[in-house]
Amino acid sequence: MRRSLLFLPGNNPNMLINAGYLGSDAVIFDLEDAVSPAEKDAARILVRNTMRYMQLDCEKIVRINSVDTAYWKADIDAILPEKPSLLLLPKASSPEDVIQVASYMDEVEEKLGYANGSVGIMPLIETALGVENAYAIAVSSSRVKALFLGAEDLTADIQCKRTKEGREIEYARTRLVVAARAAGVDVYDTPFTDVNDDEGIVVDAKLAKSFGFTGKASISPRHVEVINSVFSPTLAEIKYAYDVIEAIETAKKQGKGAISLNGKMIDAPIVARAERTIAMAEALGIERRDDCE
Amino acid sequence: MSKLVKSIKEVVELVGLKDGMTVSFHHHLRNGDYVLNMVMAEIAAKGLRDINVNASSLFDTHAPILEHISNGVVTGIAADYIGAGVGRAISEGILEKPVQFYTHGGRASSISLGRTPIDVAFIAAPTSDPMGNCSGKYGKSACGSLGYAFADAMYAKKVVVITDNLVPYPLTDFSISEDYIDYVVEVDAIGNPKGIVSGTTKITRDPVGLVMAAHAAKVIEASGLLKDGFSFQTGAGGASLAAAKFLKDIMVEKQIQGSFGLGGITGYMVDMLKAGCFRTLMDVQCFDLTAVESLRENPNHQEISALQYASPSCKSAVVDSLDVVILGATEIDTDFNVNVHTDSNGYIMGGSGGHSDTAAGAKLSMIIAPMFRARLPIVTESVTCVSTPGQTVDVLVTQGGIAVNPRRKELADNLKSAGLPIIDINELKEKTERITGSPKKLNRGDRVVAEVIGREGNLCDKIYSVSKK
Amino acid sequence: MKIIKQASAGTMESSDAYVEIEPRDNGLDIHIESVVEQQFGEKIEATVREVLAEFDLNDAEVRIVDRGALECVIRARVETAIQRGGGEV
Repeated sequence: MRRSLLFLPGNNPNMLINAGYLGSDAVIFDLEDAVSPAEKDAARILVRNTMRYMQLDCEKIVRINSVDTAYWKADIDAILPEKPSLLLLPKASSPEDVIQVASYMDEVEEKLGYANGSVGIMPLIETALGVENAYAIAVSSSRVKALFLGAEDLTADIQCKRTKEGREIEYARTRLVVAARAAGVDVYDTPFTDVNDDEGIVVDAKLAKSFGFTGKASISPRHVEVINSVFSPTLAEIKYAYDVIEAIETAKKQGKGAISLNGKMIDAPIVARAERTIAMAEALGIERRDDCE
Repeated sequence: MSKLVKSIKEVVELVGLKDGMTVSFHHHLRNGDYVLNMVMAEIAAKGLRDINVNASSLFDTHAPILEHISNGVVTGIAADYIGAGVGRAISEGILEKPVQFYTHGGRASSISLGRTPIDVAFIAAPTSDPMGNCSGKYGKSACGSLGYAFADAMYAKKVVVITDNLVPYPLTDFSISEDYIDYVVEVDAIGNPKGIVSGTTKITRDPVGLVMAAHAAKVIEASGLLKDGFSFQTGAGGASLAAAKFLKDIMVEKQIQGSFGLGGITGYMVDMLKAGCFRTLMDVQCFDLTAVESLRENPNHQEISALQYASPSCKSAVVDSLDVVILGATEIDTDFNVNVHTDSNGYIMGGSGGHSDTAAGAKLSMIIAPMFRARLPIVTESVTCVSTPGQTVDVLVTQGGIAVNPRRKELADNLKSAGLPIIDINELKEKTERITGSPKKLNRGDRVVAEVIGREGNLCDKIYSVSKK
Repeated sequence: MKIIKQASAGTMESSDAYVEIEPRDNGLDIHIESVVEQQFGEKIEATVREVLAEFDLNDAEVRIVDRGALECVIRARVETAIQRGGGEV
């Protein structure tokens, strides 16, 4: 389960050592934008050690440097042995970017004796070209487990102003969600960057969920709880999911082919969604309640 | 009759101070206070020796007292809190007789019972009339409540008001009344407004502090105490304030109207009053300008004395009606004893203040502290100094889990069913040490430099000198 | 490995350590200044020696100002300083 993904600057010990306590489902150790060129080596070693020696009760993702820099291979050399779940690959604009990284990961995994593909890739889509290539990127390698939207760089690239309301990234959001779902992978929304706007984050997270995103990233621990709550199933959704499953079981017993609930037909996608909702509710320890709207 | 005296020098003559006597001060002017230093300078100039200073707190600004100690002018100190500057010298053994540490309630109680008699009390008053009706709400040095000064005024043999805002008789809205006052001295300034109250106290931005604060608010919500009539006190630390903010959000959303907020009052408590979270604020000390203004303007914001706040020998004290208090700690041991007197190297840098009083009174006393600070685990096998006894501490909130005192099983059950991450305090200690490594015990010196007196007047613990390498 | 030039790593921020390393001819010279010297001084020195040994470094001057860094952070800072100041023999 990955509702919230929290960026932590890769060269800041005080943040890294507390990574497991900040409430996010996943942390993203950042070796890219949060680290100055002169400290890339230090951050790489610090992140590697944090992952090696600290027991962190959350999923670990590392943002490596992009393929147009001199750092990305050294990042992979240092980080891959610590088995992050995913590498976040910035400025992924074409399938070739992903393939280049994936094949280097093949080499490193082989050297380490790890199973091929044990670490996934999450392309960070933050260029106009990347948005247009979203589906091709999503299916470029079996390592791609999710797409990730980066709105700050994207709005610079498409030459518009980044606003809180986010009208300018509506196209990119819907495009990424559709591409990711078509490829059968998850999709994560860009961080909301005003860390002091407690209302704004709620609106933005709800918007992202309404578009179909799996979860949302954040650059501030303050936003984690809101994101978790917005991307958790509501009591009403949970109740509906159980109703769906029950209706199916009843229908099976009665030998019916077509199944309906409250007058609506239930088909495979609805069942799949109900199963996902129940799995998530169980993981979160939320029990079914029938007294909710 | 006139109580007006021209100078501190003159009043020191008039009150009949002699060698070996006890003088007292209160600390509402905090690190901006000039009065203690001005008075002690005159006492030293007069050639007096062997003076005991009973101050509700000593801050770094009071460092000149160290010279009076070295010169034999001051040979005894009693205080509820001593800041790191003066504390360091005490820990290094500058004073022969151990410092007597009281709690705010215990100090007021001891004075009222005559256990710690005061010969002359000096009251720094931001506004006074010539007869000594005085207040902290007005004037350029306004500090708000004068709560800690009441017991001194009521029980000292002689009482001197020192003010920098003399107003015509009578001052209507007085806190301490003329019937207790012997002399009034006007001076240019009783303090530096910058050090008296901060402009605003700010919520922490530290992510770990915010996580702990969110846990703390949820603990209160799950404790069963958060309902109409709820009462609450919190410290002015960043994480405590953040907890108050999260608590306010919950109270506003659930439309809970509490009865009172207590303690040292900050702007955040004033916000809660304004938002309808409380009917009343009970204020023994103001921490910021918002609190001072609210005390002056809002009739639901009430000044109280340290006696009413927390004295264990009064017929009742507000802490006895308190539901929840949030407190800090520099160390807490596996028996829940808390140290707020010394730092990690054994130097004095604080004191109980109202810590032990509120912990003893509140139905739920909660410590908020990170699992470790600068590699030092917060949970230790035994604290360097027992400031607040573990029997009065109910729960420790850290970022890595919430430890409930085993005496409070029903609380642990409530928190568990609310889905909060409960952890045994011994496990929390082990979990932390797996991260930090286990620290070597401090070498302590062989001299007792301070005695911690419990609120009932009992000896709670001794603080030893720091052995210098 | 051998230290061939003066190098540093880390910061003076809380929970971090600042490490300086310099070439030296005979043996190791390690100076540690720490806010938790009494509690962790010996452990810090052991950690530093371990990292130096991992790089087979027998001659170097190392100075550390520790601001309460965890062991994994000290290791990282020492290693970074070695990488920056070191070269193959």
